[in-house]
Amino acid sequence: MNAAVREESVIGLDSETDANQFLTFMLAGEEYGVDILRVQEIKGWENATEIPNTPDYIEGVMNLRGTIVPIVDLRSRFELERVEYSNTTVVIVLKVKSGDSEKTIGFVVDAVSDVYNVTDEQLKPSPDFGKSVSTEFVSGLATVDEKMLILLDIDHLIDANIDVSPIETTH
Amino acid sequence: MTIDMTQFHGVFFEESFEGLEIMESELLELVLNDPDIEAINKIFRAAHSIKGGSGSFGFTDVTNFTHVLETLLDEVRAGKHKLIQDEVNLLLTSVDCLRDMLSASRDGNDIDKENVQSIQNDLERVLGNDSPNETSSEKDNKENGNSNENVQTVSDWGIDFLPHINLFQTGNDPLRMFRELEEFGELTAEVNISKLPHFDEYDVEESYLSWSLLLKTDASEDKIKEVFEWVEDDCDLTIGIIKKQETIEVENESDKSPEAGVATGERRKSEDRRKATDRRGTASSESTSIRVNTDKIDALINMVGELVITQSMLSQFSEDFDVGNIDKLCDGLKQLERNTRELQENVMQIRMLPISFSFNRFPRLVHDLSSKLNKKIELKLTGEATELDKTVMEKIGDPMVHLVRNSIDHGIEMPEERLAAGKPETGVLHLNAYHEGGNIVIDIEDDGAGLNKERILQKAKERGLVKEDEVLSDDKINELVFRAGFSTAEQVSDVSGRGVGMDVVRRNIHDLGGVVEIKSEEGKGSTFTIRLPLTLAILDGQLIRVGNHTYIIPLVSIIESLQTSRDHTKSIAGDAELYRLRDEYIPVVRLHSVFNIQCDSKKLDDGLLVVVEAEGHKVGLFVDDLLAQQQVVIKSLETNFQKVEGVSGATILGDGTVAMILDVSSLIRLSREQSYYEKSPVLNIQAA
Repeated sequence: MNAAVREESVIGLDSETDANQFLTFMLAGEEYGVDILRVQEIKGWENATEIPNTPDYIEGVMNLRGTIVPIVDLRSRFELERVEYSNTTVVIVLKVKSGDSEKTIGFVVDAVSDVYNVTDEQLKPSPDFGKSVSTEFVSGLATVDEKMLILLDIDHLIDANIDVSPIETTH
Repeated sequence: MTIDMTQFHGVFFEESFEGLEIMESELLELVLNDPDIEAINKIFRAAHSIKGGSGSFGFTDVTNFTHVLETLLDEVRAGKHKLIQDEVNLLLTSVDCLRDMLSASRDGNDIDKENVQSIQNDLERVLGNDSPNETSSEKDNKENGNSNENVQTVSDWGIDFLPHINLFQTGNDPLRMFRELEEFGELTAEVNISKLPHFDEYDVEESYLSWSLLLKTDASEDKIKEVFEWVEDDCDLTIGIIKKQETIEVENESDKSPEAGVATGERRKSEDRRKATDRRGTASSESTSIRVNTDKIDALINMVGELVITQSMLSQFSEDFDVGNIDKLCDGLKQLERNTRELQENVMQIRMLPISFSFNRFPRLVHDLSSKLNKKIELKLTGEATELDKTVMEKIGDPMVHLVRNSIDHGIEMPEERLAAGKPETGVLHLNAYHEGGNIVIDIEDDGAGLNKERILQKAKERGLVKEDEVLSDDKINELVFRAGFSTAEQVSDVSGRGVGMDVVRRNIHDLGGVVEIKSEEGKGSTFTIRLPLTLAILDGQLIRVGNHTYIIPLVSIIESLQTSRDHTKSIAGDAELYRLRDEYIPVVRLHSVFNIQCDSKKLDDGLLVVVEAEGHKVGLFVDDLLAQQQVVIKSLETNFQKVEGVSGATILGDGTVAMILDVSSLIRLSREQSYYEKSPVLNIQAA
């Protein structure tokens, strides 16, 4: 009992109170953050197997120790210009909630950046751009060390959009 | 058709013993005043399954006995009968009796028919008592749970039981007899330990104790004597009626001295309850074990042994490495490769079995049922080679039996009715298994009467499942048969009709992550379709190449592969391509254009045509090259992604990369839709 309390306080010291930890990565010069608890692993880029007739941003599927994991190219998901994958290109494997189930999906990003503690005060809601910019997958913004982080709501990132079937039969 | 049914006996016995354990633990947990419906359902289902199984395997004694047991349980389940403790005990005895019967059947011994008959009589007595209860005394029963006993004359019996010293050597157990007595009524036992020798002289195989028993019961002297029938010659026994006042005195006495080795019923119950809770701790929820032949395990252990040897050999090379040893190293690596492959194959083999294992028990079932019901039924089995996970198969067995019994009992009509309806006299029951779209599909199809929608709806309204004025679609009505306690059979037979099953069928299938659907046309028959995900299924596949993509075609759907020649291909309207394969024309499906990928060459002469068949359609798949043939483990794409048209799943190849497994039937569909889609813009332009 005592040990447990002590342990808790140690953890409490380590991470600031009511702070959320975010893993950040670079994408076209901007720094994005995702909830670190959703990150399953980070791995280097390997060739993925294409899935026929899927949207462009679905890079394919990869073998992650026996599990088939779809890979999403985040640049093309955000309709950014595609670049050649380099040796800093990594796949961040995230656990994404979709309905009742949890799916494991890999996201290709330019590079992994850092881990930040973001307190609730530092969190700001994302501004309303109106209809011109789709912000449904941005959960908020945060300023840490004079830098702006774009925090992503990963559940919305693939939500519904993954179901786009490329062939629309006109009957 | 002769099939050696004994090969399935093991499974049946295991399942039945599991069922008995469930019954026992549920019975012991049962709260009499407020019984848990789910618990009673569980007990009932277990009994039902044992009955069904024993019926299929021809253990008629077990079937007959369980039928009585089940009928009683059904009354309880329907709320027509309220259980009292004595009856719970009787049910427990029945469970014990069933266990003995099953063990005897398994070991080829004779069943103790007398014991079975006496318990069966007791059960029937309880059932018989029931009928007046239903109408008049049901209320009384609720107010006074003992009314049953009060009606009959209860007398107190005093029994002095002095076993001879050699009682145990004859295989008798006083405790068992006391338990038997306890079923007659309230039992108080007092032990006499005066003859117990000094510890040094104590012989565990000899009996030194004697008892004086007090039994409050309505049972006759004969009944009580029957209990002691086997020990008559090995003991001194006196049985007599004691007067009421004396009884009370004795009772008080025994109450005062509870430490004196009083084996009252209470203690036994609490012990049993404890046992039940213990068991619950270990066997809670679904048991996750699978039954594996020990030979297979031995083989695996051998292989792992070899693997370890190879590994140590290789690590020795790495320690003192010398270029001269490179040949040996290569040999070692080859050996490692072989070991690993063997190990992998064997591990997969443990889990995968052809569905024929499950199908094979149906011919006998159909034969027996049809002769019992005087129906003429032909059983067709197809797709028996379809492999599926062993655990899935074990769990799908019971639901399938239920569905088959239902089809035979309710679906297929009597020969006269069939003739009158203009159908052939013999009904056809068709079991079919196949892989489709990442699932394994099992169809159970009959050409019987189909579901009677009106009757289902009427029954549902009677039972309050559907409101009087509710209007339901046909599918919704069909769905109703999956509701608990729903049966439209006019007559409850031991085949089916109790309305158990369908809800269990659906639940079991849902537990496996599958679905069950009904298609039914009145007068024409019904089809039950079970769809199960085949996450773990393996498949013999042909690897093919298109451009730099590797795909896998299930070997079962490939008819042949051939090199095309120009004069055999025809194109219609410059668009649809046909290939003349001997006497028939088959459409050509270009995989690269269906999947929108790059290929080596678009000229048919450069590639190969793989002739595949699905759902009765034959097409030629145009691919660049054929690669190896191998067994692949099917991995679902849906777990982390979604269903992909034309692809039934994915697999991981030897080099760790992922390859898609093609779903031929949806591929054919896809190619048709695409050619339609490609054409339609042209038409639109013309219209504009």
